[in-house]
Amino acid sequence: MSDTYSITLSINGKSYQSEVEPRLLLADYIRQVAGLSGTHVGCEHGVCGACTILLDGQPVRSCIMLAVQADGHELTTVEGLASDEKNLHPLQEAFWEAHGLQCGFCTPGILMTLLPYLQEHPNPTEHEVREAISGNLCRCTGYQHIVDAALLAAKKMHNGA
Amino acid sequence: MKPAPFKYFAPDSLEAALELKAQHGDEAKPLAGGQSLIPAMNFRVAQPSILIDLNRIPELRGIRANGALTIGGMTAQSAAEKDALVAQHTPLLHEAIPNIAHPQIRNRGTIGGSVAHADPAAELPVVCLALRARMLAQSQSGQRWIEAQQFFAGLFTTALSADELLTAVEFPLARERTGYAFLEVARRHGDYAMAGLAAVLALDENGACSEARLVYLNVGDGPLEATQAVASLVGKKPSEEAFAEAAQIASQVDMQPFGNLHATPDFQRHLSGVLTQRALNLALSRIPKKAAKAK
Repeated sequence: MSDTYSITLSINGKSYQSEVEPRLLLADYIRQVAGLSGTHVGCEHGVCGACTILLDGQPVRSCIMLAVQADGHELTTVEGLASDEKNLHPLQEAFWEAHGLQCGFCTPGILMTLLPYLQEHPNPTEHEVREAISGNLCRCTGYQHIVDAALLAAKKMHNGA
Repeated sequence: MKPAPFKYFAPDSLEAALELKAQHGDEAKPLAGGQSLIPAMNFRVAQPSILIDLNRIPELRGIRANGALTIGGMTAQSAAEKDALVAQHTPLLHEAIPNIAHPQIRNRGTIGGSVAHADPAAELPVVCLALRARMLAQSQSGQRWIEAQQFFAGLFTTALSADELLTAVEFPLARERTGYAFLEVARRHGDYAMAGLAAVLALDENGACSEARLVYLNVGDGPLEATQAVASLVGKKPSEEAFAEAAQIASQVDMQPFGNLHATPDFQRHLSGVLTQRALNLALSRIPKKAAKAK
């Protein structure tokens, strides 16, 4: 057993303090210590994008970052999207309406990749959306409905459509 | 837990990091962005006993232009990608960065980390060699600049000593009458490229090629410079024939590709040849017209 380190971090606005081994991956911390299982773990080496979360507002892979490295940082996971249990985020609504998922495994990573992207790019083209999600693998949809959902989300987020 | 146990240090100053490196040498791996190291640790291909996390050292981040463009080793690739100084002074670097993996990776991945990792398939070592960048190596006993030609010493190997850290990379500023181009081909955007190159083409007052550099990725044990192809170009006026000849020499003589999962050696030669012609034409088209004709 190696030494443990004390870390304090914020996830979706809530503060967490824990003693962790340095080799604990951030994705495993989020799921197993913080108990937020919305962040999915797929390939565990940074290829599939399922574990994407926001670190200080920027999308990163939580499976190739150590939990100790998140000490003092603000994280947002897919659980932080909806304002409450009854109201989905416009991005989530768009995925619901446009059938942007089938099994749903890749969805949290795709949402967390798209959120900052659509905030910065209010009116993307289809090609730009495909480029933006190029680091997220989906094995069900063939991506078409994900792209449709992202384009719909852009409208909802910026025009309130 | 995926990685094997290790001791973790997160010094908040360069001085403290260098002290740790001096103390532990090769036992201690510096952790930069971790976008190559942590996957390797998850697979337990890498099992360092000590990690020195450099992310809490603010002085290692930042970009400044003062006769040359200097990028702090821990500057995120995404920060360099969006930086106006990089776009203005090192257009080749600006063009290459978006080819590095995906935005999520570039948000963590650093300029110095990728250079020090010296992956032959990586974009940044190729750009460093093509631009003749130099690397700042610091240790407790002092500092030294290492030229790109000496820095990349082989497969995942650099000229850094066990007690040194790469703290900055310095790129020469874009020059007059010079065009730059970076091109690569990957199965899917962001994947490791099957072939790719950085091309630099400089013309003299008469419009003949005065200097050129062609540096390739993923066809050798490091960034591969096509010296014979370049020798065939220098002194000639740019033409389709001259570019085709350079492409032929580069892809058939200068390189001995190993092939990989997605491309056989022959296919890598073919792609490298096609990309060479395209990159040279692109570099030529980017040389300011007025400057190219100036007497």
